[in-house]
Amino acid sequence: MKLFGMKPSTVTLSNGKTVVMKRSQTPFVVLLLVVLTIAAGKLTGFNIVELFERLPALWVILEQLFNPNFAYASKLWIPLLDTIKMSFIGSALGALLALPMAYLASSNMISNRVVVSLSKFFLSVLRTLPTLIVASIATFILGLGTMAGTVAIFMFTIAYVGKLLYEQIENADMKAYDAMLSVGMTPLQSFRYAILPQVLPSYLSTALFSFEGNVRYASILGLVGAGGIGLMLNENIGWRNYSNVGMILLLLMVTVIVIETISETLRKKLI
Amino acid sequence: MNAVQRQYEQEPRWKTSTIISMIFAFLFLVWSTTAIDFSNFTESGMKIAKNILLGIVQPNMDLLFNFTQQGVPYLLLETVAIAFLGTIVGSVLAIPLAFLSATTIVPKPVAYLVRLLLIVIRTIPAIIYGLLFIRVTGQGAFTGVLTMSFVSIGMLSKLYTDVIEELDHGVLEAMESAGCTTYEKIRFGVIPQLSALFVSIVIYRFDMNMRDAAVLGLVGAGGIGAPLIFAMNSHRWPEVGALLIGLIILILIIEWMSNRLRSKIIKGV
Repeated sequence: MKLFGMKPSTVTLSNGKTVVMKRSQTPFVVLLLVVLTIAAGKLTGFNIVELFERLPALWVILEQLFNPNFAYASKLWIPLLDTIKMSFIGSALGALLALPMAYLASSNMISNRVVVSLSKFFLSVLRTLPTLIVASIATFILGLGTMAGTVAIFMFTIAYVGKLLYEQIENADMKAYDAMLSVGMTPLQSFRYAILPQVLPSYLSTALFSFEGNVRYASILGLVGAGGIGLMLNENIGWRNYSNVGMILLLLMVTVIVIETISETLRKKLI
Repeated sequence: MNAVQRQYEQEPRWKTSTIISMIFAFLFLVWSTTAIDFSNFTESGMKIAKNILLGIVQPNMDLLFNFTQQGVPYLLLETVAIAFLGTIVGSVLAIPLAFLSATTIVPKPVAYLVRLLLIVIRTIPAIIYGLLFIRVTGQGAFTGVLTMSFVSIGMLSKLYTDVIEELDHGVLEAMESAGCTTYEKIRFGVIPQLSALFVSIVIYRFDMNMRDAAVLGLVGAGGIGAPLIFAMNSHRWPEVGALLIGLIILILIIEWMSNRLRSKIIKGV
């Protein structure tokens, strides 16, 4: 029963001193995880036998995926550029609007606690909404096409950049800001000249980082009709034309890696 | 020239490079504005927007507190189960891959090859794996679990690798000089260094998987996504409201718990 003993054990050292050793909680945590895993397996119908039975079907798909149909690439440039456009304009506008939102959500800039909490809550809720769901709702309002995708990316970027930015503003050095206030500048002026220069590099870097991630998200928004390359992806998977799917994924991967490399270089220069 | 002026003169000048990058960014921006197009935004769009807002403000309460298999609580439970099991399976599968891509453990060519594979896994969004796995194991939560397990591997392995490469070798050398066996070195020298960070990484991934699992239903891989998209397509906005509210609350709670747990594990508070 020593393993499950709750009481800390006392060890007497050779010099007569006693040391209290805390009981490890690990056995309980492991037990809990095992129970939860089994429960989750039951609930989701986890079946390893079925997986191995169906494995041949997976090989057929993979074989075609790794034989991309290069002739199909000529039809992909326009949707691919649409995807990049959507993510760029959505990220740029979103990052721009994130600045006033972050200002309102910073407890050291706004003294009204209600405004701060409401802005923070708004940003959290916006961040929780899955981009794909927002895009899907947007297609009902704005019609099918790139506009709906742009709106979805725009909203996610506000939330993402806004949250990271208000954390930066709250951790900024307030001395210059206070000095400027005390010589009679307005709070907005002081923010512009004391806080903004401090957070600007990380703000731009976050915006670039979110653009990187958004290209990836934008590529799937076509599944719900919100424009870009996702539409072709959905169609080709529907037709089981996996060598076309392979081509799309290859192109997407190259695009993402190129954009990531460019953005990473820029971000390193910024910070 | 006083000290202030001298310091001012020393400030690095970025003028040309700033102007050039701004021109590029501006041109890129102008080009991308073609994605904005209000031509499809009509009167009916306005009406739908109003209905959506009304639906979210007045959600379908019966659905929100319905404890059968069609109710929000059960769907959320299923979503959590998919994300949880996916994270557990992924976190185990990622461990060997992480060791194989650590340059301090295996020869460099092997490490870079495994890394390339991990990059490929990471670049493709979860929902695309979902679409592919549906062709293999059919619709349902099991497909969702497979998707989440597979997607998790990419990021988990990368973060594990970073931890493994940071491993403090001094401890191992000290143990060796004190005469410890290989098993003892792993048990008391390696595992304690890795476990806390690994657990923290896995909890973070669970938080992320929750968001992905919520949309997997869109392609039929179980969870809350499928009823959500059905309700949207048939314009039952109060139902959409109920499902979304449930989802938002759940994700916020899990995010809060994940942050608390991780700071407790890493910093001990």
